[in-house]
Amino acid sequence: MNPALPFALLKNSYPQKISGLRNTFAGKQLILLLVFVLLSPSSWAKEAAPVAEDPVIEKRMIALSEDLRCLVCQNESLAGSRADFANDLRREIREQMQANKSDREIIDFLVARYGDFVLYRPPVKPATYLLWGGPFAFLLTGAGILFFYLKRRRKQIEEPPLTEEQHRHAEALLKEDKGNNA
Amino acid sequence: MTRFLLPLAAFIVLVVFLAVGLGLKPREIPSPLVGKPAPVFQSQLLHEPEKMLASQDNLGKVWLLNVWASWCVSCREEHPLLVELAKSGIVPIYGLNYKDKRDLALQWLNQYGDPYTVSVVDPEGRIGIDYGVYGVPETYVIDKNGVIRHKQIGPVTVESLEKKILPLIKELQG
Repeated sequence: MNPALPFALLKNSYPQKISGLRNTFAGKQLILLLVFVLLSPSSWAKEAAPVAEDPVIEKRMIALSEDLRCLVCQNESLAGSRADFANDLRREIREQMQANKSDREIIDFLVARYGDFVLYRPPVKPATYLLWGGPFAFLLTGAGILFFYLKRRRKQIEEPPLTEEQHRHAEALLKEDKGNNA
Repeated sequence: MTRFLLPLAAFIVLVVFLAVGLGLKPREIPSPLVGKPAPVFQSQLLHEPEKMLASQDNLGKVWLLNVWASWCVSCREEHPLLVELAKSGIVPIYGLNYKDKRDLALQWLNQYGDPYTVSVVDPEGRIGIDYGVYGVPETYVIDKNGVIRHKQIGPVTVESLEKKILPLIKELQG
């Protein structure tokens, strides 16, 4: 149905008083209907809000779940995922926050069930040494290679000292040059 | 010589890494719960809502906990195997009816057969969260002491049954 219709009916109904009576009536009804539809809670309902919305907790929950991985859609954070599973976990986090659990406790709760995999920032431990240290190891290796390469190159470029004969030859050439200029 | 050998060696190492990476299954996240006591639950039975089952009731026997739902497509894949396994009487299978509707679940069991000793319901997925369920189906092997010994992510297959689940059950029952 054309959404502009009720307003069109309303406009038409004003100038023609008698014949427009029916139209006015229909227009009023439509406006009333619109008012009811807009006022009814269902039209304002947002997506899944099973626990009473508390803006503070909601903010905390989103901040925390941005650092957590959704296990179903693995490239999305728990905060950004629309998966049903992510919804359940967000509900769980919200409820635990309402129960005054700290962020640390909630993360421990999730790690105990889903493993370090839920964390976008895995903890530093033997299994993740390579992960955390790898980039620095690469950096150091690269710096080392660069250092030795430059050192070797400098040696190659370094002018070898002239022999006695070469010295004399050079001097002679220089003198000759001076003589030409004079 | 090393001028060519070095890049070649680096390339081979890269290929090996990529080959291993391709073989990994990123969907199968190792469960930290394996080797830990199975989370305790108590919930209504699917068939008889007035009755409850607690996980501690199963202490003293080896059992399987199979997470299933009528909306789960892969569950259909493993279901005939579960029915067969239940018929063999090797191990009792308990069902966790995950985020499902009772009437749909009952209808589903009628249609495909019911391998479960009993099924408990988890309409909001709360038991699921305790067990680290993130996809359905999942199957847990739980020993006599109530410790999770194995978690099968995704449908049970003939291969996973023969290679892992059945030998493990035999070992645990022995």
